[in-house]
Amino acid sequence: MSDLTSAGTAVGGGPVGGDGPVPNQPATGGKERSASLWADARRQLMRDPVFVIAFLYILVVGSMAAFPWLWTSQDPRDCNTNRSRLSPSAEHLFGTDILGCDYYAHAIYGARPSMVIALMATVAIVVVGGLLGLLAGYHGGWVDTIISRVMDIFFSLPFLLGAIVFLTVIKRQNIWTISLVLFLLAWPTIARIIRGSVISSKDLDYVHAAKAVGARNSRVMFRHILPNAIAPMLVYATIVLGSFVAAEATLTFLGVGLQPPAQSWGIMISAHQVYFLEDPWLLLFPCGLLVGTVLSFILMGDALRDALDPKFR
Amino acid sequence: MSSDVNVKLDALPGADPNALPLQVKDLHVEFRTRNGIAHAVNGVSFDLRAGETRAILGESGCGKSVTAQAIMGILDSPPGFVTGGEILYRGVDLLKLPESERRKVRANRIAMIFQDALSALNPVFTVGFQLAELFRKHRGMSRQDAKARAVELLDLVKIPAAKQRVNDYPHQFSGGMRQRVMIAMALALDPEVLIADEPTTALDVTVQAQIMALLAELQRERNMGLVLITHDMGVVADVADRISVMYAGRVIEEAGVNDIYASPAHPYTKGLLESIPRLDLKGQELSAIKGLPPALTNIPPGCAFNPRCRYAQEVCRKDPAPPLYQVSPSRTAACHFWKEVKGDE
Amino acid sequence: MGRYVIRRLLQFIPTVLGTMFLLHYITSLAIQFSGNPVRALFGDRTPPPALLQAITERLGYGDPCLDRRGDPCLWRAAEGGGGWLGTGYEPGLFFDRLSGVFFHFDFGVNLRERAVTDLVADAIPFTFKLLLIAIVFEAVVGIAAGVWAGLRGGSFADNLVKISTVFIISVPIFVLGVVVREFVGVKFGNVLRGQDWIPDLISVGVFTPGFKPDYPFASLIIPGMVLGAVSLATTARLTRTSIMENIRADYVRTAKAKGLTNKRVIGVHTLRNSLIPVITFLGVDIGAAMAGAVVTETIFNVPGIGRLVTMSARTGESSVVIGVVTMLVLVVLLANLLVDLLYAVLDPRIRYE
Repeated sequence: MSDLTSAGTAVGGGPVGGDGPVPNQPATGGKERSASLWADARRQLMRDPVFVIAFLYILVVGSMAAFPWLWTSQDPRDCNTNRSRLSPSAEHLFGTDILGCDYYAHAIYGARPSMVIALMATVAIVVVGGLLGLLAGYHGGWVDTIISRVMDIFFSLPFLLGAIVFLTVIKRQNIWTISLVLFLLAWPTIARIIRGSVISSKDLDYVHAAKAVGARNSRVMFRHILPNAIAPMLVYATIVLGSFVAAEATLTFLGVGLQPPAQSWGIMISAHQVYFLEDPWLLLFPCGLLVGTVLSFILMGDALRDALDPKFR
Repeated sequence: MSSDVNVKLDALPGADPNALPLQVKDLHVEFRTRNGIAHAVNGVSFDLRAGETRAILGESGCGKSVTAQAIMGILDSPPGFVTGGEILYRGVDLLKLPESERRKVRANRIAMIFQDALSALNPVFTVGFQLAELFRKHRGMSRQDAKARAVELLDLVKIPAAKQRVNDYPHQFSGGMRQRVMIAMALALDPEVLIADEPTTALDVTVQAQIMALLAELQRERNMGLVLITHDMGVVADVADRISVMYAGRVIEEAGVNDIYASPAHPYTKGLLESIPRLDLKGQELSAIKGLPPALTNIPPGCAFNPRCRYAQEVCRKDPAPPLYQVSPSRTAACHFWKEVKGDE
Repeated sequence: MGRYVIRRLLQFIPTVLGTMFLLHYITSLAIQFSGNPVRALFGDRTPPPALLQAITERLGYGDPCLDRRGDPCLWRAAEGGGGWLGTGYEPGLFFDRLSGVFFHFDFGVNLRERAVTDLVADAIPFTFKLLLIAIVFEAVVGIAAGVWAGLRGGSFADNLVKISTVFIISVPIFVLGVVVREFVGVKFGNVLRGQDWIPDLISVGVFTPGFKPDYPFASLIIPGMVLGAVSLATTARLTRTSIMENIRADYVRTAKAKGLTNKRVIGVHTLRNSLIPVITFLGVDIGAAMAGAVVTETIFNVPGIGRLVTMSARTGESSVVIGVVTMLVLVVLLANLLVDLLYAVLDPRIRYE
């Protein structure tokens, strides 16, 4: 899927560099350094209007997904074919769809599956991909060789094709299976990013210092190396949330994702595409929401990268 | 190499064959960056005679490379702009020439050698292509003739097996050989002035000597003017005729090489000389110039060197900056107290 | 050069086998956990067991390992003992599929027992044309926009390209496709079709909401541009960054010092280096574009490979989906290999590693 590849190229993925602290206080130094980095980043982000707008937009969409009843009192399943395809009005903000259901309610409830799928798949790739990347980068040797080879193989399977095959054969196309296939096919990207930043931060002086004073492997890994890998991971995870929202909608549109009567933006678009000429809002509302969400995630990721990478200061 | 390459070169309109090959007068260059305007070159002047070697000496960031780039007309612009002065080639102000005329001066009359030959040679073309390109574009030669000339050039700079190596890529050469390729490229069109920007900095000491010897030999053969930009006082002493010492974008002392080494007239030059380890002073502590050169966006008023200078007095901390005092008929120094500096050894 | 090629070719074999296994394993797992996919073809009806059995065997879902959850289907118990090297096992379903693909060019059959290779052969000319239009479009426009922006870093042109590419990247290709089809193909097309003086090739052929057999090339132009749009944005951004990096490079300064014309400094010395990563991306993108063709062909009703995949997926003809995707994946892998070799041709530093 091109969305995913483009998100991948959009991520610098470099580690967050900077001078190590003086070697006689290795245990606290790494933390202080990253604390100031995060504080700086937060200040810069709060001043960035693009980030703030994108963030607010995601908050809105997130609250639609979490608490749809805050946004609408109507039930999207309360349909009446007598009022099929009404134009937007005070009563029906987005009008009604082909089956006479309130389109606004459908749009609000439609946020949930996209967001839940994107969130579950992203958490899964961050945990699994992050862990495998950490292992490969930190241990090197045959562990690295095996994990890297496996990643290469996953990379050569185009995302969309793999997802279509899996979802066609499994026949159960629900939130779980879609999240599962997104996770299965996307974890290597994040593993590769983490692996890269671990390898480059492994050789920093303060990591050697921590080892020299006898810190345990797990301590070195989680206190000194992981913090360096978190910035690029966070950037990528933000962007990939957007890619997953787009991917879910794409799969649904193709007919291998969520199936009606589930509510989702992808279903809204695919069910109403032919009514565009007479009732363009049926297409434009869900498209607008979807594109806004994807765009917000990508813009947030871009802003995060600029804020977290000292090179851009 | 024969000089028939120059036959097809049209004369530059207005050029006076009896004028100096290169004269820089009161050159000013600034860089307009987001963090303010950096005054990289602030009134640099010097002359260059045919066959003469002029060293421009200074620490990194003092504006010596920028001066070279301004002479060649290859400043990155923006952010770099020449804001004043003249650069005269045989009496013609290059700064007033249209770009199409100026372009013909490059490589034909004034050529340049860069510091790091690995990054200065294009990695995706063979050295033969990059040499032959000069003959093809400036002399209209066929590919075949140009290639033959490229081989001759590699021979000239003493690269063994030139016929085979002409088809190699830059990364296949060693550092010293690569720098020879750079020299060959600069000399291809038989220029009258050669600007060498730290030509040996990236090389091993033994290779440095070979390269400098080669440069000196070729310069003598062709009676070419050489502007040698360096921070290495040792290199300068061996090959230079005259020296311009630069600090914070200004020439602060200008003199013949023997005068400078015998009795520097500016505290900065003096500091540079004292920081060279010397065998006869073995066991004594080396003296270094304290502090750092100023940021070019924020040059102190008065003499730019005053915060680091042990001779500095109130007059040095106030504008205007010290003028160039005539120390002797053939040398100048921009220090109010040049007499004390020169005399107290 | 030779050693590089050989090394790359040797790496290619395990990658192909690994990718084939990955594809095989996720399909096997899906079958093992959700049951015989053939049942889906009958919907709510219960098929006669004999018929179900026959179709299952025909489509290659008969192997007992597909009933055991988690079994990678690598080996099966040999009939009558013995087996491979006396282990009692012989190569299983995975190896059957491999030998089918590589020795018999057999990618399975559909319900009517037409070979997937035949189906693909019918569909491939359309997909090929579509890809060609997409790649040419994204290469020409993307590189031009990237060079334009890169040479004027920080200017209006630069910002325009930077911002518009973020927007294009954010629009899922199917949204773009549907909106373009409706706005350009239908609405704008209707206006054009109302004008007598506009030739049919333009009004009916190019500005069409879907593929028209009468205009096999013209009616693919808009779908191709939609397909290339997202990668166009990436191409433009990549070119832009690459140009901006190289324009300040020392060797570009050398080229200027050689007194070459600006045209030659940029066109030969800057561009040649800057385009290496771009061309690599375009090569790799052939794979992504093939996946994207699934979406575009579905939207614009192009009877190519992509629509074949979607249609089969919608009707539950999983054997066709598996076969076509396997074939596409092999093409993608081959494209990646060619890109790597091309990279060596373009960049001498790699070649002589």
